[in-house]
Amino acid sequence: MTLSLTAPQVLAPGYDLDRVRDDFPILSRKINGKPLVYLDNAASTQKPRAVLDAFADCYNGYYSNVHRGVHTLSQLSTEACEQARETVRRTLGAERPDEIVFVRGTTEAINLVACSWGGETLGPHDEILITGLEHHSNLVPWQALCERQGARLRVAPLDDRGEVILEEFERLLSERTRMVAVAHVSNSLGTINPVREMADMAHRYGALVLVDGAQGVPHLQVDVRALGCDFYTFSGHKVYGPSGIGVLYGRAELLEAMPPWQTGGGMVHGVTFEKTTFAPPPHRFEAGTPFIEGAIALGAALDYVNRIGLPAIAAWESELLAHATERLQEVRGLRLVGTARHKAAVVSFAMEGIHPHDVGTILDQEGVAVRAGHHCAQPVMTRYGVPATTRASFGLYNRMEEVDALISALHRARELFG
Amino acid sequence: MSDLRDLYQEVILDHNRAPRNFGQLPNANRESEGHNPLCGDRVRVSLHVEDDRIEGIAFQGSGCAISTASASLMTEALKGRTVEEARHLFRGFHDLLTTGGSEDGLGKLAVFAGVREYPIRIKCATLAWHAAQAALDQQDHPVSTE
Repeated sequence: MTLSLTAPQVLAPGYDLDRVRDDFPILSRKINGKPLVYLDNAASTQKPRAVLDAFADCYNGYYSNVHRGVHTLSQLSTEACEQARETVRRTLGAERPDEIVFVRGTTEAINLVACSWGGETLGPHDEILITGLEHHSNLVPWQALCERQGARLRVAPLDDRGEVILEEFERLLSERTRMVAVAHVSNSLGTINPVREMADMAHRYGALVLVDGAQGVPHLQVDVRALGCDFYTFSGHKVYGPSGIGVLYGRAELLEAMPPWQTGGGMVHGVTFEKTTFAPPPHRFEAGTPFIEGAIALGAALDYVNRIGLPAIAAWESELLAHATERLQEVRGLRLVGTARHKAAVVSFAMEGIHPHDVGTILDQEGVAVRAGHHCAQPVMTRYGVPATTRASFGLYNRMEEVDALISALHRARELFG
Repeated sequence: MSDLRDLYQEVILDHNRAPRNFGQLPNANRESEGHNPLCGDRVRVSLHVEDDRIEGIAFQGSGCAISTASASLMTEALKGRTVEEARHLFRGFHDLLTTGGSEDGLGKLAVFAGVREYPIRIKCATLAWHAAQAALDQQDHPVSTE
């Protein structure tokens, strides 16, 4: 293919893609002798120097435990950690920093709510409503909770494009619905859910709304109050920060009413052998020494993303998505899985006669990193009648040329398999 | 593309396109399913074992080219063998993939030598063999073909 089909590059003013790429040291490495084309951003993103520096600065300059000591280092670490919490608050548009709980990631955040809120609140005959496009992390904790409490898990179905059928969603709501848990953006299909609309429907029935924002925060400007959600969760590593740190946002009055889910040091007011009183949120939910440097580095990642600006990132990623969607049509026997009208920069597809793992291996030989598998969303694969898909997912540092590299590699796969 | 041709040899592509002994085995008396939860590949191997000899063998399931071709070539290699010969063959095949063992005595199965360069794909090539081994470990029993 010598034909150049590269679309015009529309970048927001001040969005210097070459400079952005220079900020990510790993992007200059080669894979199997070819330049790395990293298109597995929905699984995890690469890290900018700002994040690497945040770790180094902390360890080299002021590391200590937090909320524990009167000495200078402990104060500095505590301040840096709390500053990161403030950065998260600002990024999510939350009202108060004590609505931000640091956890290990989205999975832990959802488990926290399922255990603490659910264990306290959910009874037999109650229902939890999720959608057919949820990641296992926003399905299994609710399923397990329902089993424990004798409650019922309901699932709003998807249409052929990969959109939640809103009439069905609304039909499944009732006074029995206590929690609605939905993804902001589907990791396997790219669908952006109409969260505000769904939250309004849920609230009319008195249900709470948890939004799994693991794929939301990297691609969309989030405002938890505008979304009208009660809980919002995300993972640091999917937004250019470290793995092992994530966030639960919860409305203050909800967190205040919730019991601790893990107990120990750092989350108490006073302890005797007879009785312990617990600290207010967020510390009530942060038992033990937290991932201090991870929280600080997450703050640095969000600062980095916010400097470029999510509107600019979203605009660029939608150019990448449009170009990828158009060029994928030219690959023989390729079927897109997930064609929602409102989509983030994720393309999942099946190729006739070639299993996704073979596609993944062939692409890897060309330096192109994609995900092949069920993307921790087995019910989604079942819904669309495929055992697995190949998924290319884009991030703020991807270039149009990388879309073209993906297409060339797919042509090679087709050539090899006939 | 020479590297990829080492992995995806013509024999492998052929068995992937047209797997042999694919389907149910009517008189099977041993059966086992191999499942790789990591990638979702599933293969069900059915055997008809008579007097310690594999009289019939078939497989069903879905997977990548490596796992499908491996299952297909395995059925060809095992038909007519004694149980002991089958186990010996698996050891040889396994060594070929993991420690670079000799291709001697493996016949057509030697086409999988290239898989050794792709450690993540070794499980694909051995999935059907593990299922066959588990089936051989069983006592004879009638197999439901539901």
